[in-house]
Amino acid sequence: MKGRIHSIQTLGTLDGPGVRFVVFVQGCNLRCGCCHNPDTWACEGGREMTAAELAETAARYRTYFGKDGGITVSGGEPLLQSDFVRALFEECHARGIHTCLDTSGSLLDGRVRALLAVTDRVLLDIKYPTDAQYRAFVGCGIEPPLAFLDELQAKGIPTTLRQVTIPSLNDTAQSVEMLNALAAAHSVVDGVELLPFRKICRVKYDNMGLEFPFDRYETPTAEQMAELQKKLKY
Amino acid sequence: MEHKNWHGFKAGVWQSAIDVRDFIQQNYRPYTGGANFLAGATERTAELMKKLQSLFTLERQYGGVLDIDTNTVSSLTAYAPGYLDKDKELIVGLQTNRPLKRGVNPFGGIRMARAACEAYGYKLGNAVEEGFCYRTTHNDGVFRAYTDEMRLARKCHVITGLPDGYGRGRIIGDYRRVALYGVDHLIEEKKKDKQALATRDFDVDVIRLDEELHRQISFLGFLKEMAAMYGYDISGPAANAREAIQWTYFAYLAAIKEQNGAANSLGRVSTFFDIYIERDLANGTLTESEAQELIDDFVMKLRMARHLRTPDYNELFGGDPMWITEAVGGMGEDGRTLVTKSSFRILNTLYTLGSSPEPNLTVLWSTELPEGFKKYCAKVSVDTDSIQYENDDLMRPRYGDDYAIACCVSAMRIGKQMQFFGARCNLAKLLLIAINGGYDTTSGMKIGPQMDVLAGDKLDFAAVMERYDIYLQWLSRLYVNTMNVIHYMHDKYAYEKTQMALHDTDVHRFMAFGVAGLSVVTDSLSAIKHASVSPIKDENGYIVDFKTVGDFPKFGNDDDRVDSIAKELTHKVITELRKTPTYRNAEHTLSVLTITSNVMYGKHTNNTPDGRKAGEPFAPGANPMHNREENGALASLNSVAKIDYDDCRDGVSNTFSITPAALGRTDAERVGNLVTILDGYFAKMAHHININVLSRETLMKAYEDPDAYPNLTIRVSGYAVNFNKLSREQQREVISRTFHESM
Repeated sequence: MKGRIHSIQTLGTLDGPGVRFVVFVQGCNLRCGCCHNPDTWACEGGREMTAAELAETAARYRTYFGKDGGITVSGGEPLLQSDFVRALFEECHARGIHTCLDTSGSLLDGRVRALLAVTDRVLLDIKYPTDAQYRAFVGCGIEPPLAFLDELQAKGIPTTLRQVTIPSLNDTAQSVEMLNALAAAHSVVDGVELLPFRKICRVKYDNMGLEFPFDRYETPTAEQMAELQKKLKY
Repeated sequence: MEHKNWHGFKAGVWQSAIDVRDFIQQNYRPYTGGANFLAGATERTAELMKKLQSLFTLERQYGGVLDIDTNTVSSLTAYAPGYLDKDKELIVGLQTNRPLKRGVNPFGGIRMARAACEAYGYKLGNAVEEGFCYRTTHNDGVFRAYTDEMRLARKCHVITGLPDGYGRGRIIGDYRRVALYGVDHLIEEKKKDKQALATRDFDVDVIRLDEELHRQISFLGFLKEMAAMYGYDISGPAANAREAIQWTYFAYLAAIKEQNGAANSLGRVSTFFDIYIERDLANGTLTESEAQELIDDFVMKLRMARHLRTPDYNELFGGDPMWITEAVGGMGEDGRTLVTKSSFRILNTLYTLGSSPEPNLTVLWSTELPEGFKKYCAKVSVDTDSIQYENDDLMRPRYGDDYAIACCVSAMRIGKQMQFFGARCNLAKLLLIAINGGYDTTSGMKIGPQMDVLAGDKLDFAAVMERYDIYLQWLSRLYVNTMNVIHYMHDKYAYEKTQMALHDTDVHRFMAFGVAGLSVVTDSLSAIKHASVSPIKDENGYIVDFKTVGDFPKFGNDDDRVDSIAKELTHKVITELRKTPTYRNAEHTLSVLTITSNVMYGKHTNNTPDGRKAGEPFAPGANPMHNREENGALASLNSVAKIDYDDCRDGVSNTFSITPAALGRTDAERVGNLVTILDGYFAKMAHHININVLSRETLMKAYEDPDAYPNLTIRVSGYAVNFNKLSREQQREVISRTFHESM
């Protein structure tokens, strides 16, 4: 089973608990305006690797994982290669490595369910509070991620909700309340993370000859982030 | 032997023989808790530190040197007692009669002393000049014996930084012996050793040792005299914590008054001190706050230590370092941790006195260390960028549990082993000399075996390696012989009387060789092997540049195809070195460490096949070349961890910089993640790592506006420096290094 890999970051501390070996897969079904990895959008390209090969590479870093760390698959959208990621996670489990999936939750089928069966934690993006915003800035409705969260609840998979805070779009009380409500309604959610919108990715868009769609938005200040953080209950 | 000052200590072998380790093992109390017991700086400490801080500022404003006593030759009793503030100090003793005033030490070489005075607008005093015109210095002796080829190798910088014009350093006296036994007992034991020689045949070795013992005994006498000038009688054992620290410091002070070696390391004193502190705390004669004050005062003294150096020297070893290395923590052979509360107290000085490059606090890391201590160390790294880590699990099986670190990464059993320091040779430059058949395109000198320039339009890996091996064999033999000359002369003309008096008489010697440019030559060989490298020749037919087409694996990406080149090369170098016998049968060792000389080495090395341009700095120590790492920080660490410590027993230095944001979101996360990174790295049997948690932007701001960052400390290569004390060139190189970031 081969997958398409965009890149590997051997020291990830921001995507899941502890020290993580982070795999960015190639290919995404969404086109979020705030995306900081436009180079992972295309489903072609990337480096082809087998699940076993990649798990073996991850295992070279096992000594660094401590009791909390492990592998995180991000992207791109890992769910587009759900068979491969499932095989990868199975190989990781065989090597005693904790598995974590960073996803938009926009796809759910039998293959994805099989992947979730070998997933130890999910980082689920809840990008905006309204269906209208989802349709305007993401490329899908709000239903799929909410259904995905229900599936995680049903399967009992520990989940962290994440949102990139973009001033004027989702730095609102409504957005925070929605995250709080989702967390309250799903006992699998044990954390909510707000990530400040950043523009350091603009150079990637420039290099690809693309316009950075969200260049027009402000980045939040540390104070704004702290204010919002205070309102989170999780 | 019994002594009233040993009251309350558990008896052991240490009473019948000089055995500080046994004293520690019998009496220390391991501490497995956290840092919450620590006390802050007292008002007294804060006032003293404020005074010292203003002297540091003044020193900086004076161009790096506050004052020089040009008329006195530095020695134990040469200066009247000096104080920072006589009424407030708990631990006393300065190198000269005034704080930060530097003495002159011409025993290593009068030229260096003269040039150093002149560099700062002084003139070496006539009395000193006259005294030394009838005296042979170490430097005189070396240059009498150097062969033409040795001079040439030195001049074209294929071997550089040799200790042939100043003290060799890297010797750690067991300064604790003075506190535990008192000087009189140490003199008695040395006299017994001397008498025992009488039964032996008096060959060169025995005669030399006999004379050395005479000199050791005489300097132990001067040590007592020096202490007496400060009003202390150190003939007997120390009676309490304050005396134990004072006695130990006097011994160290005597060593640095006598010797101006590059590295003057301290050893492993904090757990030793802890035994006395615990006894005083139990007696009710000391409080936690007073215990911290004693350590603070001691560390303040260490931060005031200075040697007078020339600008050339500073180019090699930037930032005015002394390498007052103190090894902290580690595990005992019996499985108990050697961490005590005083391991915390000495690290706490980075808060009570502020961050600082000296003393060079070196944590001996074991995966078995108590969690509380691991976390505290990580917190200190995150907050101060002032400490380094070395693998106790790797060194303990080889050096026991009472070893210390000389300079940056050189392990040795305290008081039982010493080393002959040997700087380093330039492996990247050697590659260029080899393919040019014995011609150095940078200096225009012919050196080594003479043969044709390597033929062909494309460099062939096998042909290059065959050439390289020939030149490596030639250089290795020359290097050992050069070192033999240096250390013969140093023993003869600048022998370390005080430090060797604080060693066992029968001492094990290492001869420490080194390499620079490992990642440059590794990537160059990888390019030749995996890509297509065409030589570009100048009008005389010498190869001066390369056209490299195609990609090739680069060191620092955890790719065995290239990492194996580094591993095999270090093995080859030490194997070649071992073929030539050493002075006094010293054991050959090898380090991959550059200090800040990676800048200077790069300056003297032409274009290399890896794409590095002529004059560009090398990466420091064993570091991958900056910004060639594509898979993130841990891949880079894994590459370095593959170099075999048993090939590089003098240490493998790695300097690691990461931005705070990349290490975690909160301080607690950063601390936790750093602990697991250190555990992970050392579990790979890696040897050493410097940790910096800071951003490039901070350094750029400090580069532009030094006054705004007077105390910015950063680990560079086996030691830490005050960023402002580096040359502009060295600062730029530090800024250009890889900072592991999050995207």
